Amino acid sequence: MAEFWRWKEYNWHDENKDWRDGELITAGVDVGSVSSQAVIVVDGELYAYSNMRTGSSSPESANNSFNWAIEGTGLTLDDVGFVIGTGYGRVNVPFSHKAITEIACHARGANAMYGPSVRTVLDMGGQDCKVIRCDEKGKVTAFAMNDKCAAGTGRGMEVFADLLAIPIGEVGELSLDVEEEPPPVSSTCVVFAKSEATGLLREGWSKSKVLAAYCSAMAHRVVTLLEQVGVEEDFAITGGIAKNSGVVTRLEKELGIKALPFDTDTQIAGALGAALFAQNLLRKKLAKAGK
Amino acid sequence: MKAHYGYKDGAGDFFIIIDTDNCIECADHPCIPACPESVLEIIEDDYEDMVCAVTMDHRKKIKYSCAPCKPDRDRPPLLCVTACPKNALEHLW
Ligand code: SF4
Ligand code: SF4
Repeated sequence: MAEFWRWKEYNWHDENKDWRDGELITAGVDVGSVSSQAVIVVDGELYAYSNMRTGSSSPESANNSFNWAIEGTGLTLDDVGFVIGTGYGRVNVPFSHKAITEIACHARGANAMYGPSVRTVLDMGGQDCKVIRCDEKGKVTAFAMNDKCAAGTGRGMEVFADLLAIPIGEVGELSLDVEEEPPPVSSTCVVFAKSEATGLLREGWSKSKVLAAYCSAMAHRVVTLLEQVGVEEDFAITGGIAKNSGVVTRLEKELGIKALPFDTDTQIAGALGAALFAQNLLRKKLAKAGK
Repeated sequence: MKAHYGYKDGAGDFFIIIDTDNCIECADHPCIPACPESVLEIIEDDYEDMVCAVTMDHRKKIKYSCAPCKPDRDRPPLLCVTACPKNALEHLW
């Protein structure tokens, strides 16, 4: 049976760079409840990363994502000076030197990806949603997190992709293919929203219209969390849902603010932030050792 | 840092907001012994400051954890809020 929710796993490294030319090689490993990422940073520059589905064991997911990020680079764990674990499984990264929360890591990662003007970061992850305010250095000044239910998260979107038999990567665009914006589904709970959507399909709604109604409900739910913490520009989105134009467009409309465009994979923000924290800590460690 | 601990669900917004900048200079952390349900703890945050936080165990059930302090009628001042000398704690419900 086709698995419409299944997204593509991938790895990447900078073919134009040789890590051997660098001094400080650090890594961040973000083990989330749905996906895991590993990022390698060489002298503060992104060098390699991977993004894959989290398996049943956090340590195994950490190992797999790290090994996949370094694949084909000639780099080994011994070459990496400092590793930080983050995300839901951060304390279960067997080779990490320290764990830092995903809140601090996303702020730091967004600062690196979008620049120092970012003041509000919305991270829409696999099973939670975080609003983070930060300063020009990417230091957190306020945050709120909603991880009690899957509404407004990647997992919620996967459930809908499967229900409507639409590949997850096409959900956002398809939801924008409506002549008129339908009212949002009334329930924010994924379980209820799913049965509401089934009813709407039976009533003759198109898949696009049902998706529009769900993306709209999801955007509204996230906006209420954003308003609780307060939104200051520049505004950036991290996590998988940043790639879903259906949610992002509606969210921007409701907020009256545009999110910054991105050219780095939004799903690696947490691991990137962790790798950058690791760089600072490695520098401190070396300074202490008089190196 | 304004840390919002708790959740939103169909029934409402259940968050405790802690302005943790105040905790750095707070020597005795009187909010901790004041809480009869052990909802609060002192943690080292990501920037290596010792600050107050809501424990992991209580974050997703905070409405129920704090219920004994919040009767429907004649609600007394909250013990944690009263104990904090820096006005660092706020409850959203
Ligand atoms: S008493 Fe107030 S300032 Fe002191 S640790 Fe508790 S919340 Fe922070
Ligand atoms: S309201 Fe009561 S139970 Fe809740 S944190 Fe304050 S003292 Fe503890």
